[in-house]
Amino acid sequence: MATILFIILSIVAIGSALMMITSKSPVNSILWLIVVFFAISGHYILLNAQFLAVVNIIVYAGAIMVLFLFVVMLMNLNAETEPAKNQRQQIIAIITGGCFLLVLLAAFKTATSQQVMVGAGNAGLIKTLGKVLFTNYILPFEISSVLFLSAIVGSVIISKKE
Amino acid sequence: MDIKYYIALSLTLFTIGVIGVLTRRNAIIIFMCVELMLNAVNLLLVAFSNMHSLSVAAKASPTFASDAQIFVFFIMIVAAAEVSVGLSIIVMLYRNTHNIDVNFLNRLKN
Repeated sequence: MATILFIILSIVAIGSALMMITSKSPVNSILWLIVVFFAISGHYILLNAQFLAVVNIIVYAGAIMVLFLFVVMLMNLNAETEPAKNQRQQIIAIITGGCFLLVLLAAFKTATSQQVMVGAGNAGLIKTLGKVLFTNYILPFEISSVLFLSAIVGSVIISKKE
Repeated sequence: MDIKYYIALSLTLFTIGVIGVLTRRNAIIIFMCVELMLNAVNLLLVAFSNMHSLSVAAKASPTFASDAQIFVFFIMIVAAAEVSVGLSIIVMLYRNTHNIDVNFLNRLKN
């Protein structure tokens, strides 16, 4: 059962990622990327990371991609505004990426085989993660609020009209 | 499920992100490909944390398996902050030049 789900989710993720980098319109790209994020959330649930699955949907698919959509629609981009890179450059890029993938896969092919546990353990539940987050990791958590404040101030200052 | 399949999936998604960065010229789509690469790495981190939740070290410390998931959570926080700043930079560039083609924006002048 888990194997079938893994195969389906992987096919959805890889197919949508390919559609994302090949579709002409930026809005279509964003929608395909949202599909990728949902597939990755499914993988998180298979890996007992339920909290991360929910956060991935809320933060990535919900907040970040809506931000992208807003920006694309504010700019009023259509497919004609992006002239294609020349064919030679694209082929070189694909060959480069393929070589990268091949080398990495070959390097990890001989790695020791270890099993991933599916559907057991409570490491990813909100209760467990919340306890760890607010005891061991309370300082990084507070610092990340400062990071967000600086990001807000930075983006306001950058996008302000002079 | 063997960990190898998760490594292969993650590497494939990462490579698709790399190819997207190399082939596209729209700055927003390049930015989205970077997000895809971040997500591939997150998936691999979660898979490894699950793999190690059976190990000896996990038995010794109760929070062992949750640590990597907290780490992924912080990566998501940093990614959200990064996206807000990056998109405002792209909006500012578009307002100044009416173009988000990265080949057009290759000089850091003016």
